[in-house]
Amino acid sequence: MLKPLMAAAAVLALPGISFAEGAKPNDAQVAHIAYTAGQIDIAAGKQALAKSHNKAVRAFASEMVRDHSAVNDKALALVKKLGVTPEANATSSTLTKQADAKRDELAKLEGSGFDKAYVANEVAFHKTVNAALRDTLIPSARNGELKALLKTGLTLFSEHQAHAEHLAQSLK
Amino acid sequence: MTRAATLVSLVALAAASCPGAAAARTYDAVIDQLKFGPLPAVLKRGDRIRWINRDLFRHSVTARDGSFDLDLPAGKSGAVVLKQAGTIRYFCKYHPGMTGSLAVKP
Repeated sequence: MLKPLMAAAAVLALPGISFAEGAKPNDAQVAHIAYTAGQIDIAAGKQALAKSHNKAVRAFASEMVRDHSAVNDKALALVKKLGVTPEANATSSTLTKQADAKRDELAKLEGSGFDKAYVANEVAFHKTVNAALRDTLIPSARNGELKALLKTGLTLFSEHQAHAEHLAQSLK
Repeated sequence: MTRAATLVSLVALAAASCPGAAAARTYDAVIDQLKFGPLPAVLKRGDRIRWINRDLFRHSVTARDGSFDLDLPAGKSGAVVLKQAGTIRYFCKYHPGMTGSLAVKP
């Protein structure tokens, strides 16, 4: 009797990334979610490079564009090799919608207001994505190479999160 | 003493008078998964360190004292000859969480 309720409660309580227990995403969906998260951060980095004049913020944004592009290029090569077509799903479309809204919000800001909001969002976004990688995407991935690439992604994005947190402190 | 033996002892004498140069070695350190690979706990002045970036990402090996700054795109390697004794702390300027240090003896 309680089981369905507990299962329903066991969804990831993170905005945008929610899969009910027992409804694990398949590899095509996992790949799409991870790739989408990377593309979102590349777009955010490009927005920061277009708007920010802060040297440290620009260096961070360049790093995001470069690193996430490297992971996504590798991911594209991998899905091609595996013959997997990344499959759009509710989670990846929610992520995209939220990112579009955030980009519009950031577009209205200038100067240090923009820098602080961009970096604060980078902290929050990497936290969300890292929790999703750790708790859902990596455990769900069936293919060993995909799992390994997601683990590399988690190592990288954890470093990005720490970098963003330090940067956020320095902008206070 | 034969001529060959004289030559050997002269070479040995030259090596003894210039210890740094004679003992210099090259050590490789692999960068992978956002970590600097291990190096011997104690190094000597004149030793050469080669960092090999096997990661997907661009890294740097940047000395905090400014004595060297290697920029290593993915798949590239670069070397540094240790010219001064002392402790040299280094980090990746792109990923500041990546750090390491070298203990260099005279």
